[in-house]
Amino acid sequence: MKVVYTPDSQMRRPGLLLRSMWRDLLDSRELAWRLFLRDFYARYRSSVLGIVWAFLPPVATGLVFIFLQARGVVRFGETGIPYPVYVLVGTVLWQLFTESINAPLTTVRASVSMISKVNFPREALIVSSLYQILLSLLIKVVILAGTFIYFKIPPIWGLAASGFAIFVLILLGLSIGLLLTPLGLLYSDVASSLVIVTQAWFFLTPVVYPAPKSFPFNLIANLNPVTPVLSTARDLMTIGTIAEPGAFAVVCVLAVVGLFAGWIFYRLAIPILLERMGA
Amino acid sequence: MPDLLIRAEGVSKKFCRRLRLSLWYGVLDMGHEIFARSAGPARLRKEEFWAVSDISFALRRGETIGLIGPNGAGKTTLLRMLNGLIKPDAGRIEISGRMQALIALGAGFNPILTGRENVYVNASVLGIPQAEVRRRFDDIVDFAEVDEFIDSPVQSYSSGMAVRLGFAVSAFMKPDILLVDEILAVGDEGFQMKCLNKIGELKRNGTGIILVSHNMHTISTYANSVLLLRKGRHDEYRNVSEGVREYRKMFLRKDDLETQKICSGNERIRFHRVDTNAESFLPGDTFVAKLHYESDEEIPDVEVDVAIYSSREPFLHFQATNKAYRRRMDLKKGRHSLEISVEQIRIHDAQARIAIAIWTNQRTELLFWWRIPALFHGMEHSTGNSYLNVTFREFPEDTSAVLHATDSFLS
Repeated sequence: MKVVYTPDSQMRRPGLLLRSMWRDLLDSRELAWRLFLRDFYARYRSSVLGIVWAFLPPVATGLVFIFLQARGVVRFGETGIPYPVYVLVGTVLWQLFTESINAPLTTVRASVSMISKVNFPREALIVSSLYQILLSLLIKVVILAGTFIYFKIPPIWGLAASGFAIFVLILLGLSIGLLLTPLGLLYSDVASSLVIVTQAWFFLTPVVYPAPKSFPFNLIANLNPVTPVLSTARDLMTIGTIAEPGAFAVVCVLAVVGLFAGWIFYRLAIPILLERMGA
Repeated sequence: MPDLLIRAEGVSKKFCRRLRLSLWYGVLDMGHEIFARSAGPARLRKEEFWAVSDISFALRRGETIGLIGPNGAGKTTLLRMLNGLIKPDAGRIEISGRMQALIALGAGFNPILTGRENVYVNASVLGIPQAEVRRRFDDIVDFAEVDEFIDSPVQSYSSGMAVRLGFAVSAFMKPDILLVDEILAVGDEGFQMKCLNKIGELKRNGTGIILVSHNMHTISTYANSVLLLRKGRHDEYRNVSEGVREYRKMFLRKDDLETQKICSGNERIRFHRVDTNAESFLPGDTFVAKLHYESDEEIPDVEVDVAIYSSREPFLHFQATNKAYRRRMDLKKGRHSLEISVEQIRIHDAQARIAIAIWTNQRTELLFWWRIPALFHGMEHSTGNSYLNVTFREFPEDTSAVLHATDSFLS
């Protein structure tokens, strides 16, 4: 096997690029699992509350809105299902989405010293952050199950189908995160503004309120790519229907294309970033 | 397995002096990479400089190239390009074979986790299959000599222990190409010897090695040729000791070559001339200095201090006063001269200065202090700072007498 390094862009040989991407993805499986286990143990060994942190933030946000709604401070439209269920499902899904956005940049930043010294398949970091998100999903499922039982929401077939919508939600978040990672490694501004942007985005997405139907507020639903995915996942879980299958399909394609583009961008950018970041 | 492991042609890398600008260039470079723009002829942008420029060399099976040069000459940058961590800005690197880089030991170690857990993480990062690690786990722990600590968190390890554990994991790889970046600087002597033995073993098995070290003894022991990097250029030496000598010459300071007259007397005594017998010396030669002085009065029991040192090495080669030889010295009234000789010099390969100072008794007053440059030659096939008289003889079997029984310490 012969490897050649030249200053030329790897995009000039797309066949070779795709082949090495595929090979590195396969090669990174074991490492990704190891890194996931490492971070998992390290996190929970130095934490008292441990996995509670995986569901505490969305539950806290949800409780705030349940309280506001119950006291009549805010009045949202009809949600079709008990409002607490609507909100808790929404905030849990939203947190999953923001975790997916943040995961690549956080993981890669934490591994800078490792990447800058060892040439291992860079895909491993992304795959291990996907594992972390899946673990967090697993814990959240338990919380949601508890909520469903408490409010006596009957289990329906849509629950199984919602898994796919949740997966798309994760992919969408990961693709945004991947596209931001290269710039985020160079400039700390990216991580800082991400906090503000996701907060604003939270209110521009029908997480704690039902999607508005009238202009101009319906733009929130029509232009925001998260809306169809989040609404579809929640609707499938609770009432078993898809309100806007067309928009959902468009975002599915968007998520897959974005993920692939983000992957290529990330992969090509790492060697360039390493010389700028030093060892 | 191909014979030619690495071929580098005209490899260059530029860096930027300013951080803000450097980050912005990073954004531009990413744009070029994504939109598949041809790299074109490499030109320096504002505030950029060539950190590595136009390096060409070839590494073949079983060969070791010593990469030497002062700090900032681009050694580590070159290694990082060879390892594929960063891209060259000009030139071409061809790698044939499996490469291992001992640039960082214990990559991926998490201080909270135990040594055992970290061994698996580190091995994964290096691409060693878990099954292989499981099979060799005991060997790894033995090699690292950390048995009782293997289930303690790595943050409780000393830095030497962590490095030993990291090296033990790497040591089980059988790469075709090994890049070593000054890892031997850490760890105690026993560990360093283990590392060097490992490198020697790989070398015998045909691994091509690129060895970065500031220890010229290590370079002379293992390298077949030397690549000397300097700012802006590089030279390849097939003869290792010649390369090492060139490297050492770089650290010559200009004032090492001039006599420095710090003190030549006072109102009582004047030293007007110093004659020396030679300016350069072979091992075994004698250095003689004759100090001519004129004194207005007798100065009894002075202290004559002789020291030999070089600016390049942090340590003194030699220092002693006449008291060390139980020799009383008096400076007489009138015109006289004082002769100092250093007999049978054993200093090897150093551009040094011989400093002679004369103090009154109890060092209350400095009477004389000159630093005289002296070149001590290096001998072929010898490294180190001293050159001892070693003799080699052969005896027929029957006359052999046991001179002194010594345990083999290299077993």
